[in-house]
Amino acid sequence: MASEIKQGALELVNHLPILQVITPMLIAPILVVFNNKTLSWLLSFVGALACLFISILLIQAVSDGSILTYYLGGWAPPIGIEYRIDAANAILLLLISIISAIVLIFSYSSLHAEIPEEKHTLFYSCFLLCLTGLLGVVATADIFNVFVFLEISSLSTYVLVAQGAYLDRRALSASFNYLIMGTIGATFFVIGIGYIYMATGSLNMMDIAERASQLGDNRTIQAGFAFIVVGMGLKLAMVPLHVWLPNAYTFAPTVVTCFLAATATKVALYVLIRFVFSVFNYEDSFVNELFFLLLMPLAVIAMIAASVIAIFKQNLKKLLAYSSLAQIGYMLLGLSLMSQKGLASSLVHMVNHGFTKAALFMSLGAFMLNTKNVYIKSLRGLGKSMPFTSAAFLIGGLSLIGVPGTAGFISKWLLLEAALETGYWLVAILIIVSSLFAVIYIWKIVEVLYFSESSESYDEVSVLTLMPVWILALFCIFLGINTSLTVDVANMATEILFK
Amino acid sequence: MKHHLILKVITKFMVGVIVLFGLYVQFHGDYSPGGGFQAGVIIAAAFILYGIVMGLENVQKVMPIWFAQKAAAVGVLVYALTGVFSIIFGFEFLNYHAISPEHPKHGQHYGIILVELGVGITVTFVMIAIYYSFAGRTPRLDDKEW
Repeated sequence: MASEIKQGALELVNHLPILQVITPMLIAPILVVFNNKTLSWLLSFVGALACLFISILLIQAVSDGSILTYYLGGWAPPIGIEYRIDAANAILLLLISIISAIVLIFSYSSLHAEIPEEKHTLFYSCFLLCLTGLLGVVATADIFNVFVFLEISSLSTYVLVAQGAYLDRRALSASFNYLIMGTIGATFFVIGIGYIYMATGSLNMMDIAERASQLGDNRTIQAGFAFIVVGMGLKLAMVPLHVWLPNAYTFAPTVVTCFLAATATKVALYVLIRFVFSVFNYEDSFVNELFFLLLMPLAVIAMIAASVIAIFKQNLKKLLAYSSLAQIGYMLLGLSLMSQKGLASSLVHMVNHGFTKAALFMSLGAFMLNTKNVYIKSLRGLGKSMPFTSAAFLIGGLSLIGVPGTAGFISKWLLLEAALETGYWLVAILIIVSSLFAVIYIWKIVEVLYFSESSESYDEVSVLTLMPVWILALFCIFLGINTSLTVDVANMATEILFK
Repeated sequence: MKHHLILKVITKFMVGVIVLFGLYVQFHGDYSPGGGFQAGVIIAAAFILYGIVMGLENVQKVMPIWFAQKAAAVGVLVYALTGVFSIIFGFEFLNYHAISPEHPKHGQHYGIILVELGVGITVTFVMIAIYYSFAGRTPRLDDKEW
């Protein structure tokens, strides 16, 4: 059942959804063939810029609420693979592309300090494959394709995390833990897909939604949903399934930590959102009740418990990793409110937290170029000797707390509004309590940076290192002032998802 | 040649046959059971057998590590460029009609052969690379210690 032959019918513009995904995929093997580290960096960076350009074009195309579809190989959807770009995934594509481009600028200086030079080519190649996977997961509308891309990104992530072993051997066990947990998650996810396929006989999201609605109350689909929630829960580090995350983020090279913290968990959460709204029916009681009875309490526990744990951590990378868990709690909470506002706050927080956490991790990476470790005691007095990096860290910290004028404020405000609108007063109070904990652990670092005497004096890092850090810090402020990119697109996205 | 004489002689004979069978599975993949993945595994098995019997240094003379690594990447490129070829001629990614627009059936046929070739190359050399990285880790047993 081939589609009609349209001879030379497609312009390059029509190919944007696929070009978004295959650009990094094409460059990754080319790097390995040439095996030159400077060329590798240059090509990866050009590739990331190309991705960024494509994702900007895409978000412009869908910002009026339209949907772009693309049939791989010309095979129409129920049989072939469909790529489907709407506001919800266009904004994530943009987030992933921007972060990858910025992180690659930073990697030019930081990678030399962390990974032996002969591994650089393979590192960049893996990085691009990870990027391909994340972009693919977001772009596709075929649930098995989601699984395939998820595995591409996960497998390359395990390798990337393990690269931290040149500085600290514990990266290997962290990576292995992540591998086991991630694989279990992927297995659950694919079992869930199997159940859905068994019940509906289709793998295309829209097609499944249509067929499932005719099936009515179906046990198989419900079991599939349960498996998918657990699988994605593992990938997005939902609280009882989060144990892989702190160590993986702590021992991975800074570049990798930045990239993963800003994108990987968000992509998994996006998959969950996409399944709840586009594949399953969010009005069904089994979806609703699961979110209300299970995910909301877990999200609240994550918000509070992870923030408390973060306060006591001495290794700053680990501190920020626990804070990431708390922030994932916010995003899950927004989703589990099951209201348009809640979902919008969740989407906005994905983007805002992506930039915030990337800025924080990256400025830690810049400190680390000088101090060689990120224990809180080695940052004493760096506010004086490394003023620019410290200032960027401060901005990131303020955004993490949610101080007005920064990105974090916007999304937390939206979340509070959503919680109050739905009538969960207690939850709203707990959001504020959790933010207060964030004040404590960020203040702890700020105090060490600015108000304690330094034992050693360092030079400020180079301009090339500062540039990406400051781009991210400025994004934290920009997204706090101009919300047209995040909030408007998120509102558009929720309207499409809630349709 | 004193040790495992029979094994070595049989291996030398078998390697060629295994590779030939692998190529058969590769290029008959579109008519009969088989395809790139299976063929890749079979061809890699020939090299792995040679490595097990003749020793890692000897197989790495035939198939150096760097070659396995790069060839694996080339396989992926063959696959991806087939798709890009379609895009350049105004069809969807991996739409094989682009290869022969007048005879779409031929296009589909050639397309799947190209893509499977890419898969075959990658699987062959990734398998060999995996074998190398495992075999290269342990201190080698001397042949006399058997």
